[in-house]
Amino acid sequence: MELLAFGKTGWGDELFIATLMTIAVSITAMLIGFLFALIFTPLKLSKNKFLNFIGNSYTTVIRGVPELLVIYLFFFGGSGAVMYVASIFGYNEYIEINAFITGSCAIGIISGAYSTEVFRGAIQSIDKGQFEASQVLGLKRFVYFFRVIMPQMLRLAIPNLSNVWQITLKDTSLISVTGLVEIMRQSYIAAGSTRDPLFFYSFAAVLYLSLTFLSMKLINRLEIKYSRGF
Amino acid sequence: MITSFPKLLSATVITLKLLSLSLFFGLFIGLLFAILRLNKNIFINKFAYGYSYVFRGTPLLVQIFIIYFGLGQIEYFRSTFLWVIFKEPYWCAIIAFALNTGAYTSEILRSAFQTIKPGFIEAGKSLGIPSKIIFYKIQIPIAIRQSLPAYGNEIILMLKGTSLASTVTLMDLTGVAKYIISTTFKPIEVFIVAGSIYLFITFVVHNIIKYLEKKYSY
Repeated sequence: MELLAFGKTGWGDELFIATLMTIAVSITAMLIGFLFALIFTPLKLSKNKFLNFIGNSYTTVIRGVPELLVIYLFFFGGSGAVMYVASIFGYNEYIEINAFITGSCAIGIISGAYSTEVFRGAIQSIDKGQFEASQVLGLKRFVYFFRVIMPQMLRLAIPNLSNVWQITLKDTSLISVTGLVEIMRQSYIAAGSTRDPLFFYSFAAVLYLSLTFLSMKLINRLEIKYSRGF
Repeated sequence: MITSFPKLLSATVITLKLLSLSLFFGLFIGLLFAILRLNKNIFINKFAYGYSYVFRGTPLLVQIFIIYFGLGQIEYFRSTFLWVIFKEPYWCAIIAFALNTGAYTSEILRSAFQTIKPGFIEAGKSLGIPSKIIFYKIQIPIAIRQSLPAYGNEIILMLKGTSLASTVTLMDLTGVAKYIISTTFKPIEVFIVAGSIYLFITFVVHNIIKYLEKKYSY
């Protein structure tokens, strides 16, 4: 137990900060994922064949390729790509991207592919009469999307989004290969310097389990809130 | 890009080996725990639930690290015959994958068992078929058919999971891809080649499952 003490003698405070880091990366990645879903869901639902193809290839490729490979692509290729873009604008110095940003972007793109599928499914399962009714009422597209479709879609999407959240949370453990100090990396460091890997990795498992458990509780409350009246 | 292709292709063999072995063992574990979940004894039931909850609630990376780095720490464990298996990263990875996919498979099979219409079982009973034979000849075949689509997804998830073997020094497809990237600094080309190989395997698995679904549809 003294291994987990706070302060200089134990690893308690380091692991606590690492847990916060995991939560921060997960939330950032989830938000980036929503951004991607906002772009790609309309593409997937579009009647235009070309746009549809782009939307479909995004979700198929990302969901068919291992997460670790995507992370390696971002880790090794990220700063190169940014420097290339910067060189077009005449900036030729070395740019190093923060591990937090690379990691959240990589996980965000993965999470976005899953969110896109969830949103597409949710929009498709909304009753067609709703679309027609808002057309008959002469609602503007903007109002119709945010006031009619969005609330109904969210209710249907929340249970599946909670799955996406779980996947995202677990995927953040893979960012440890890039050196970002989150739960997995911190356990690796602690296990290396105390020669007690069994304890620290098991403790990491407990941390992840409690994170998934707590988030499930919170999401269940959200679900109850949004399904009022149904 | 062309020179890296044969290297990546030979690494694909390891990926496929890992995938098939872990799916094979995982199916047995999954079936066992699905049956335990249906048991009326509350302790057995809770034990099976706890198993799937823990393995589905923690990242696969943690599970591999506990098995590969963690278990070797126990002195007593190293003197048993099991150590022959657990000192190899290859078998550690397979054990971790099998336990992980077993947890997901048990959930898939459980829900399939629970959605079987009671009429099927009642029909079997009224024909005087012993309950053991009802289980093996009626419930299991229907459950397998029901769970095919979900199991197809699980195979693809496991295929992606095998990439984590590269973290315990195994040179699978992702491991070799990372090695080539870090020596040649051509991340995009290697990503395209390795990614296409993974996508191709996904495509094949998807079509096999589709074919099986059609064959066993009723």
